[in-house]
Amino acid sequence: MNDPAGSARPVGADAIRFVDDFRDRELSLALVDRIRPAAQRIAAERGLERVAVMEVCGGHTHTLFRFGIHQALRDVIEFVHGPGCPVCVLPRDVIAQCVSWAQREDMIVATFGDAIRVPGHGLTLQQARAAGANVQVVYSPLEALETARENPDKNVVFLALGFDTTMPSTALTLLTAKEQGVTNFSLYAVHIGIIPTLQAVLAEGAQYLQGLIGPGHVSMVIGSQPYEFVARDYGLPFVISGFEPLDLLQSLNMILAQLERGEAKVENQYARTVTSSGNAAALAAINRVFRPEPRSFWQGLGGQTDIGYVLSDEFAEHDAEKRFGIDIATDPLSVAEQPPECDQVIMGRLSPPDCPHFNKGCTQDHPLGALMVSNEGACAAWYHAGAMATT
Amino acid sequence: MTGQTSVSGQVTLAHGSGGRASRELLRTVIESSFGHAVTQHDSAVVAGSDSLAITTDTFVVSPRHFPGGDIGRLAVFGTVNDLAVAGADPRYLTCGLVLEEGLELSELAGICSSMATAAAEAGVDIVAGDTKVVARGQADGMYINTAGVGFVDDRVHLGFEEIRPGDVVLVSGDVGRHGACVAGMRQDFGLSHDIHSDCAPLAQLCRVMLEAGTVRYMRDATRGGLGAVVTELALASGTRFQLVEDDIPVQGAVRAVCELLGLSPLHLACEGRLVAVVAEPDADAILAAMRSIDVGSGSCRIGVVREGDEPPVTLLTYLGVETVLSLPAGELLPRIC
Repeated sequence: MNDPAGSARPVGADAIRFVDDFRDRELSLALVDRIRPAAQRIAAERGLERVAVMEVCGGHTHTLFRFGIHQALRDVIEFVHGPGCPVCVLPRDVIAQCVSWAQREDMIVATFGDAIRVPGHGLTLQQARAAGANVQVVYSPLEALETARENPDKNVVFLALGFDTTMPSTALTLLTAKEQGVTNFSLYAVHIGIIPTLQAVLAEGAQYLQGLIGPGHVSMVIGSQPYEFVARDYGLPFVISGFEPLDLLQSLNMILAQLERGEAKVENQYARTVTSSGNAAALAAINRVFRPEPRSFWQGLGGQTDIGYVLSDEFAEHDAEKRFGIDIATDPLSVAEQPPECDQVIMGRLSPPDCPHFNKGCTQDHPLGALMVSNEGACAAWYHAGAMATT
Repeated sequence: MTGQTSVSGQVTLAHGSGGRASRELLRTVIESSFGHAVTQHDSAVVAGSDSLAITTDTFVVSPRHFPGGDIGRLAVFGTVNDLAVAGADPRYLTCGLVLEEGLELSELAGICSSMATAAAEAGVDIVAGDTKVVARGQADGMYINTAGVGFVDDRVHLGFEEIRPGDVVLVSGDVGRHGACVAGMRQDFGLSHDIHSDCAPLAQLCRVMLEAGTVRYMRDATRGGLGAVVTELALASGTRFQLVEDDIPVQGAVRAVCELLGLSPLHLACEGRLVAVVAEPDADAILAAMRSIDVGSGSCRIGVVREGDEPPVTLLTYLGVETVLSLPAGELLPRIC
């Protein structure tokens, strides 16, 4: 098989043993038996109905529902779904702009799978593709770079989205493009930092939470140190967690233990992957390619926060916004048409099944907002869990 | 007399013109692969009884060659299996080829001989066919349509309406292998794996199952995988299927690829697996019969049928929690991170 990295990673029975260790039934049930009374004690002490814990990352939401942890503990723990779903905070104008470019004969827009089902101004990228637009779904930005090499007569734009997690791969792809002189490759970079996002969410709603399950993959890049403000400024336990069920159960147990001891600190359950200072090479690549610059258009976070990144001036010739220009009008109408409840869900203030549109006007087949599109979106998680989650 | 014919050159539009080139293509590539004149008649008149099963399926798979098979084997087994799970004894196939100008004749010959081998394995004859050529760019290499005919024993009664609460759900082996094999090839992940497609004929398996006990209904799990089949069966029969997640067999490498790509093996295609709903008292006997056949050696009991209620299919997770098995909204899309 063709392998651009030059070394094939073997995938077999051995690879899965690593996963199975983190789905051990005995250990999991023992943790559930410990979590349940601890949560009840803490709730009783504080006069709460349940202990409210925000899982920041959409990947955690997915695991909680998939393995039934949410269902097993929801009478003692309220899982508040956080903002950590990259396409959920993606503004519709960005999608509309990509649709506009993809409709041009001389352009190809490449992006990650989840993004193609998000509604823009009317059309999703998936619908635009069906109507003849040039849209490519990739697993890695390097595939988009390959497309640019294979299509020298077309301009390939990679819609680069996601938190700090995906920024290093975007940065390295761009550095490769520049080094190899692939001039028909550009980035439409709409990355967003997890730290300012978390600051925005906590400024609004920290008082409703007793603790947070910290994101895993993004912390692999930035480390555990940047989260210190959560414990310091808000007095909330913050435990960075892996993505397997045992990881999440252990992280919950660590949060409850902190609460029982009256502590609030940043702990790292995902120590097999996350360090305190992060990945220096990845951070260096991010700092070389991106420059923080306020963009106030984030879904759900807009209005309160100016966060975002643009490409450094050194990479101007690969900057799709500068190169091709933004040719769509910002459409206030389409933003207004979108349910205001989406913003409340992103901020953790509204639980998806309590939204008046949930499973009525807004379904997986006809999503009104991105939260219903992505596997990591809170609404999609509830939707997939169906009736079982609400009983 | 079958076997790969040694030819060289490419398919041209002339091959589809109906003239001498067409005849030449039939004679030197297609018929010499199948070993007899498959395209002599536009329709085949075959001996048979009143209980005739007939089906058709079209194969557009990309890539055309994959570990464990190719589009030709799929085209034979897919149609044979559709007949077999209906309780029919598959007998005759037709073969329609749509070829893109530029296709290598050697590849075409290879796929035709692969179909011939597959037909021999499945015990069916390819009795009629048709070939069309389209201009470069109007098709992706080649497409194959096969129609199949089989005969059903009068004593066989299979149907959604036969399914009732208390029945047992069986699967004939590990799931998701074909889908994982093709996904692993299509995307340039640099993964090295040894996943082979499960594509195989199921007629013999179906026969021994029907002899071993009361089978309510069978369906081969192809596109949409196990998840799509059980959902359809539950909805059509007005019952609820309760599956035990850890009892559903999945090969280690398939699980690993799914974990990496964010896919569920329950939604990935199989090409040699069937799901059966059987009467509870006969379940062990049917399972034993399934396991006695090579293609069914990995058969397992994976769940039970409950009284009808929403949701149609639930999964008991390893924590003992009942969750909903929902279907993907459309194409399977990779997650971002």
